[in-house]
Amino acid sequence: MSVDAATVLPLRQRFTQGLDAPICLTWELTYACNLACVHCLSSSGRRDPMELTPAEARRIVDELADMKVFYVNIGGGEPMLRPDFFDLVAYAVDHKVGVKFSTNGTRLTAERARRLAAMDYVDVQISIDGALASTNDAVRGEGSFAAARTAMDNLAAANFGQFKISVVVTRENVTQLDSFAAIAESYGAQLRLTRFRPSGRGVETWDALHPTADQQRMLYHWLLDRPDVLTGDSFFHLSALGQPLDGLNLCGAGRVVCLIDPVGDVYACPFVIDKEFLAGNVRDEGGFARVWRQSDLFVSLREPQSAGACASCGSYDACQGGCMAAKFFTGLPLDGPDPECVFGHGEDALAARDPGARRGSAIGHSKVDRTGTPIPVPTPVRFRTPARA
Amino acid sequence: MSVTEERVPEAASGFDPSRAWRVHPQIALRDESFGALAYHFGTRRLMFLKSRLLVELVSALDQYESADAAIDAVVPEDERPVYRRALARLAASEVIDVR
Repeated sequence: MSVDAATVLPLRQRFTQGLDAPICLTWELTYACNLACVHCLSSSGRRDPMELTPAEARRIVDELADMKVFYVNIGGGEPMLRPDFFDLVAYAVDHKVGVKFSTNGTRLTAERARRLAAMDYVDVQISIDGALASTNDAVRGEGSFAAARTAMDNLAAANFGQFKISVVVTRENVTQLDSFAAIAESYGAQLRLTRFRPSGRGVETWDALHPTADQQRMLYHWLLDRPDVLTGDSFFHLSALGQPLDGLNLCGAGRVVCLIDPVGDVYACPFVIDKEFLAGNVRDEGGFARVWRQSDLFVSLREPQSAGACASCGSYDACQGGCMAAKFFTGLPLDGPDPECVFGHGEDALAARDPGARRGSAIGHSKVDRTGTPIPVPTPVRFRTPARA
Repeated sequence: MSVTEERVPEAASGFDPSRAWRVHPQIALRDESFGALAYHFGTRRLMFLKSRLLVELVSALDQYESADAAIDAVVPEDERPVYRRALARLAASEVIDVR
């Protein structure tokens, strides 16, 4: 057996068959959010009354520590809105479960930045979706760019060290990649670009906001030139264009990653919050470990998958048919091309699909008015200091 | 969904197998059927040890006065050059360090 780190393929095959524990996982702490971004993958807004209690959340950390999960990606909703946020982060770190958390920055005050700077094994990602306030606020809400920049200033002033600036690449902001890189550089921060999937509220906005085919090709070359820009492996569908992008280039859903949502439901990945991809709940007997190791859904995702309509394409090994979530929510067959297939097969499939094939988001926590109608998004916010820090 | 956020560094220079080595104190190893996952809590890098024998070798380093002695004890003769190079790579990515 080769021990050379350059040969990824045998390992990739191993990973597609699943591991005893996830390599890392996403844990959305709350569906509560003070923003209402038009592309929110989890349709967040309202806190769910069944949200895990602080004691239940700590038990999940205990389990992850037992399974030797090295770190969790914490998100939401806005995770800093959870009253026990800092207690939980400290508890995880104390148990050798590192924390990377994503925040809109609105609650990242100077005092809280100093508190974060004093903790080991905590990484912070601040989300912006435009290098200009106008581009960003059109997606994330009026005032959200200024709030995020204030949070970055606070981290810098607290000498937090290298934080990350996280951007979902859209048709509108893909022309600003160099500006994003410049903002990151000005803070000594790392830039992280991720793919816009048609999940959550993104179901409604994907058609208008996902990058065009030309933009995707430009993005691919931009990324190849900048190996230091992080991508969370999310653009592996672009690897079909030639030289593979950095990373394992596979869909890890239910194999090496998964999502624990705020009520303890375990999904195959953060971008498929839908009954179809619900594997179980951490409150069930056997807890998270049993869901991970034995749920019917995850076991089936680890079996060999059919390449389907992609079988005859010479690039299938490179892109693996792309993203399951992107196919599911646009109503495409899971064993066919990604809607953003670089050879245009996805566009053909989108044009040929049945009317009504597209999935709505049945599980949503968008804010609603008194009649139960979702409030149009986005909503304005301001950076403010909470009463208790 | 993402798997590896951090990049694996380029290999390797300045590995001295005549010195005494150990698993870096900020590394956590998780055994897997293919070998092990290694996570560096300092650099936040996730890396892969791609054979069980490599995991055995790395774990045994602190029991020998040199990396060469560990290799001689653990690795079959014809595979030793391969494993010496693997250790050099692990040294470059701080999975192991001089003790």
